[in-house]
Amino acid sequence: MGHTYTPGLTVTPRTIISKKRILPLSGTVLVKANDTVTSSTVVARAELPGKVYVVNLVNQLGILPEDLPDYMIKREGEKVEKGDVLAETRPLIKWFKTDVRSPITGTVETVSTATGQVILREPPRPVELFAYLDGTVVEAFPGQGVRVETPCAFIQGIFGIGGETWGEVVLAASSPDEDLTESMLTPHHAGKVVVGGAFAGAEVLARARAVGVKAIVVGGMHDKDLRALLGYDLGVAITGTENVGFTLVLTEGFGRIPMAGKTFELLKKLGGRKACVSGATQIRAGVMRPEIIVPLAPGERVEGIEAGQVGEARGGVKVGDPVRVIREPFFGHIGQVVKLPPDLTMIPTESHVRVMEVMFPDGTRAVVPRANIEVIEG
Amino acid sequence: MTTDPGRPLQTIVATDCGSTTTKAILIEKIGDEYRQTYRGEAPTTVEAPFEDVTRGVLNAIAEIEELSGRKILDGERIMTPSGAGGNPKAGVDIYISTSSAGGGLQMMVAGVVQSMTAESAQRCALGAGAIVMDVLSSNDGRLPHEKIERIRSLRPDMILLSGGTDGGTVMHVVEMAEYIAAAEPRPRLGMSYNLPLIYAGNKEARERVTEILAKKTALTVTENLRPTLEKENLTPARNKIHDLFLEHVMAQAPGYKKLIAWAGAPIMPTPAAVGLIMETIAKKQGINLIGVDIGGATTDVFSIFQGVFNRTVSANLGMSYSISNVLAEAGLDNIMRWVPFSIDEQDLRNRIKNKMIRPTTVPQTLDELQIEQAIAREALRLALIHHKSLATGLKGVQQERSISDVFEQKGSGESRVDMLQLNLIVGSGGILSHAPRRVQALLMMVDAYEPLGFTELAVDSIFMMPHLGVLSTVDEKAATDVFVRDCLIYLGTCVAPIGQGAWGERCADYTITFQGGREPVKGTLKFGELRLCPLAAGEEAGVSITPARAVDVGAGRGVPVERRARGGVVGLVLDGRGRPLQLPVKQDERVRALKEWNRALDLYPG
Repeated sequence: MGHTYTPGLTVTPRTIISKKRILPLSGTVLVKANDTVTSSTVVARAELPGKVYVVNLVNQLGILPEDLPDYMIKREGEKVEKGDVLAETRPLIKWFKTDVRSPITGTVETVSTATGQVILREPPRPVELFAYLDGTVVEAFPGQGVRVETPCAFIQGIFGIGGETWGEVVLAASSPDEDLTESMLTPHHAGKVVVGGAFAGAEVLARARAVGVKAIVVGGMHDKDLRALLGYDLGVAITGTENVGFTLVLTEGFGRIPMAGKTFELLKKLGGRKACVSGATQIRAGVMRPEIIVPLAPGERVEGIEAGQVGEARGGVKVGDPVRVIREPFFGHIGQVVKLPPDLTMIPTESHVRVMEVMFPDGTRAVVPRANIEVIEG
Repeated sequence: MTTDPGRPLQTIVATDCGSTTTKAILIEKIGDEYRQTYRGEAPTTVEAPFEDVTRGVLNAIAEIEELSGRKILDGERIMTPSGAGGNPKAGVDIYISTSSAGGGLQMMVAGVVQSMTAESAQRCALGAGAIVMDVLSSNDGRLPHEKIERIRSLRPDMILLSGGTDGGTVMHVVEMAEYIAAAEPRPRLGMSYNLPLIYAGNKEARERVTEILAKKTALTVTENLRPTLEKENLTPARNKIHDLFLEHVMAQAPGYKKLIAWAGAPIMPTPAAVGLIMETIAKKQGINLIGVDIGGATTDVFSIFQGVFNRTVSANLGMSYSISNVLAEAGLDNIMRWVPFSIDEQDLRNRIKNKMIRPTTVPQTLDELQIEQAIAREALRLALIHHKSLATGLKGVQQERSISDVFEQKGSGESRVDMLQLNLIVGSGGILSHAPRRVQALLMMVDAYEPLGFTELAVDSIFMMPHLGVLSTVDEKAATDVFVRDCLIYLGTCVAPIGQGAWGERCADYTITFQGGREPVKGTLKFGELRLCPLAAGEEAGVSITPARAVDVGAGRGVPVERRARGGVVGLVLDGRGRPLQLPVKQDERVRALKEWNRALDLYPG
């Protein structure tokens, strides 16, 4: 066996996050290195080619494709308004004239003498790229985008849905094991990043949408409520483009699972500050987890919480590390590593795997495969 | 990095750069045969912070160095040939590699008629090791602007455009070319280069297609992959896909230019290499074969029937990243029918989602293991259904019918997968290769595939098929030696009579005779019964089986059959559960039956 790699989710009161902000296609970068930006600063802009329409003229005019250019009123590259005549027949008796009009305002892109179809394109649509973070532009990539950096408190979730958003952090639950309930959400939460405790059910999520919260951060939820929220069963964990009215971040997983105390305490300290939240999750090559980023001023620290050692390479799990069990039968339990036997150990399935002994807060101990724990980092 | 071509290879190092792990193996010539001797692995380093695939390759090879004591690396260089400087424990004769890092080769294919040229194009791309993101055709039911939007939003690595038999339609092919041009497709990797596009359609449309696409794509024209309705000619287009994969796609991925320079043979997409070794073995042994590789995200199925190779990839059927999709596609009832206990639906759904978001976890309890293996059965079953639908004869071919065909009206495009003609099933992927008991892997495949008559089963020991596939392009003997001796673990043979009957009724009488004076075993197999007869790897037994009147063991209803059966680490399994396999509908009867079968095969502890 080569390396033991036990990845964990980062929860830290202070780190530096650097985000590459890249346009989907070449465009113009609007800021330069060392510029200060906020979440809503447009850092780059591009023009997305317009939607394309195909009009089969030969069928409508009753002519052969190779004769089409003779009947065209508008030529390739020419602008057209909706309703403009694109092509027409010229019969001897005008009464029998047939014409075909443009269904859109745009440009004639191609006229094909092979297929007899004309391709029309709508005007390009502008795409604006926001900075997403409050911070500094540290690098500009001409025509493509920028890199924005900020000192911040940083919390990774395990799963999320919905895109990038930002708002003020507000705690709705008073402890990490308290469920978020409908009555906890009031109109006061509109535009806010609301932090719950252990669980949010379908009715709470419906209420969040009605109230207009920007994001919900909670320990867990049921799969059936996710299905109800999305309107379909999510088969593969690639998210970030959903549009359910708010961004959702689960810090622990599916089911009713108290939020890790450290995560909850940090969010509590960050109450009232602006958080930038993304639900985008991708769990395969290029792992991406949802995140809550709270930008800090240079040199600023979150009072009452010691900074961790994020950014340093972990040497693997050690005795004394705080861990979270991420699989049954101890799923969601948080404990401390007390033993790391080096040899492969047979578990009840008869698989031989590397294990660790974990002690839970009530003093009980359990042997857990190393693959089934997550170090609580930060 | 190769050695003198006249000298036989003595030492080979091969890597497979997967999405998450780079796996290296060392193959050495010991006496007259090649054996896989050491292996090493390291995380793949295509992505940040390393962004150089060769780092992971060097790390994996360094692990082999440590284990074998052979010096392979000289700094950041692979030493060739072996025995350099007079040290027999230094260097290798060749380095070869496959790659699926960064999501593998992702393609979009297009043709004119969905069930003809578009399907041929799809088979071509899949056979070349690609993931097919979408199949466009003139009659796919989408409006032109929908097609164009789809092309634009996909961002594949490459497009394969076919359409029209030679001398057939030009207009429809040109129409598809126009849609592609209008979409201005952009490649997935790299902003500054044109998307590679292969045109393999009607040769009479080449000029028009070139006019339309040459400026907007990196166009390559090759032979028509469906020159006539009766003929598929996939090899030229498939070779072009491999060329472009190296020249364009791989060259954009970080570190690959260096990797290509190191390799002594062209780097292949991982699934293409797996397909190649299976094809080589099937042809060499003259057998029909199904191979399956069930991974975390996808399930690949390969088949070779009567020498015809087919591959499909079920992109969203897998055991971790895509596990939730198996539940969505198979449905809860189909999964639960394999589980010998009941569980609350909400709890099960949450567990499956938790596996999806934490894909590296392993089952710790027996219940969890049984649930995962139940899901695997459904993923395997669905992937085979998908495979059967695409591994077909050519559709649209005119057939002459005689009076004798009246009673057997087979259309064109019948599936080539004939389970009764199948000789061997090879399973690969963690859930099969690492099942705590080998018999679990055997039963998962038997339950999912329902083999008919006599079928051998095997698993890939440590997933070295990609390495052996690319090796077969350099040295076929070395590849087949290692495949037979080190890669495959034979599980045994399943004998499954076709037919159904009331449980407890006679299905077949059997006599099993062994080599070396072991007492023959005689008995009656009843419907609803599973029996296991130990037969070790390397051993063979004679099986004489007389089925009941309505039951078929391959020679027709009620006709006795005598065959040789190969042993394995599990042995000989007699499956009297009937074909098609039907499980009891009532929950308590089903659970009782599952428990009985588990006991008969000693499937789980306790």
